[in-house]
Amino acid sequence: MIEKLVKTTGEWLKGEGPSSDVVVSSRIRLARNLAEQPFLLTASAGDRAEIYRSLAGETSNDVVIPDAMVVDIDEADEIDRNLLVERHLISRQHAAGEGPRGVTISPDETQAIMINEEDHLRIQSLRSGLQLELLWHEVNEIDEALANRVPFAFDEQLGYLTACPTNVGTGIRVSVMLHLPALRLTKEIERVARAARDLRLAVRGSYGEGTEAVGDLYQISNQTTLGKSEESIIETFSRTIIPKIVEYERAARETLMKQHSSQLDDKIWRSYGLLTNARMISSGETQSLLSPIRMGIHLDRFHAFDIRTLNEIFLYTQPAHLQKRLGKKLDDDERAAARADYLRERLASKPK
Amino acid sequence: MTLNGINPTVKIENPLGTAKKLHKMITKMNCQHCNKSRATVHITDTVPERKERHLCEDCAEKEGVIIKPNQHTTNEILQQFIKQKIGLGLTENVVCPQCGLSFQEFQVKGQLGCPHDYEVFKAQLMPLIERAHEGGTKHVGKKPGGGTPPQNLHTGLLKLRRELQDAIQQENYELAARVRDQIRNLEQQ
Repeated sequence: MIEKLVKTTGEWLKGEGPSSDVVVSSRIRLARNLAEQPFLLTASAGDRAEIYRSLAGETSNDVVIPDAMVVDIDEADEIDRNLLVERHLISRQHAAGEGPRGVTISPDETQAIMINEEDHLRIQSLRSGLQLELLWHEVNEIDEALANRVPFAFDEQLGYLTACPTNVGTGIRVSVMLHLPALRLTKEIERVARAARDLRLAVRGSYGEGTEAVGDLYQISNQTTLGKSEESIIETFSRTIIPKIVEYERAARETLMKQHSSQLDDKIWRSYGLLTNARMISSGETQSLLSPIRMGIHLDRFHAFDIRTLNEIFLYTQPAHLQKRLGKKLDDDERAAARADYLRERLASKPK
Repeated sequence: MTLNGINPTVKIENPLGTAKKLHKMITKMNCQHCNKSRATVHITDTVPERKERHLCEDCAEKEGVIIKPNQHTTNEILQQFIKQKIGLGLTENVVCPQCGLSFQEFQVKGQLGCPHDYEVFKAQLMPLIERAHEGGTKHVGKKPGGGTPPQNLHTGLLKLRRELQDAIQQENYELAARVRDQIRNLEQQ
């Protein structure tokens, strides 16, 4: 099953879609629970197994996700679990969790439903660029299809009931992954983060809760789920918040090009030099070096490879992908060497 | 260290260093009263004249200088505090009859045990919910497919299988047999 995934790259790696020079990907997820069933905290081992069995069947039904693939996370080995995290198909918590749990994935990886994470169901839609309306349409269709098949825990006053009261109501989480290298270089990033936090938005690293912003990637998401409709939360994101940040980042890039063009080019090409010559390199360093190159491609200053190749490198240099490709578990040093080999090999054949 | 090539020869004692030494001296002193235990209570009398006294805890209590905290009074204070809080309905430990989770457990784990908890812990939860959602207390947005929720085959089975387990555990074989037949019926559908 997972082997099929390794040979493909997710839709979000295309690097297309509106505002994709700044917005790497966007995602919407809904938290849902079965009515009259215990949440996972108090569910017995038997309950969990039954819930998983039932929902694995329901979520992979053709009217919910056609031609879906179900991965039993409890059965999957560590590398496979981490591979799914690196592809943003499951959360770190889900990978590290316990007991019967899994994920149902659409063939193009744009849809994924986690079963028995914090809630019985976490339905997500993920695409490259800023495409929140499309994502909402997709995730809503899955939600409707599932609601026709299983009864959801719902209350007239509080809406969809979730294991954690911070998700109650719509159970919606809208997240947008932004690449903000110029705002960091011009030291404006803290102001953006502060403004976002004032608007009650969470600003996190690229792999969600508790992760650092590596490679200038920041994830911005809503925290309020009660008292606002799904549409109004989405609209605030797609019409106000994200366009403002995108505009700000673009202006910072303009400033860099006008006032520091030599330094900018130097940074881009030095990064390329390191990536194509290193004999040992960590995944963190790889991501940091890919950041100025990503900006360089969008500013039409770097042509050694395109954005699709960059995204592919970004994914395949991460620990689980690297190990899966080589078919064995490697320690830190072995990974660093294997990563450097992969980079030189992958980038050597490309025109300079 | 050299200053313009000249070695400074005068060493100035750090006043903080001497205070430290003094403190060390005092803390190592024995009780002036019994001369047995370490002096831990240091009093500076100003009336009738300025005078320092260094006593151990027992002697200080005998002299009426301090009240030694003991188990009894601490418990009393704690209980009073809890009583006050219960009066406010803040630590009253409600337990959900459905899933068995107590409100205190929720506070520790940050997660609820079942959908009924929202009703059972309503009084305690609502202020938290309001704070977490910018004052939001009423759901606005979509509802699951209007009207009665669907009775699903799988979740129906889920419930029955649990009933079967319970019945077997309680050795209620008559009920178990009935539930088993219901499961068979559903499975054949």
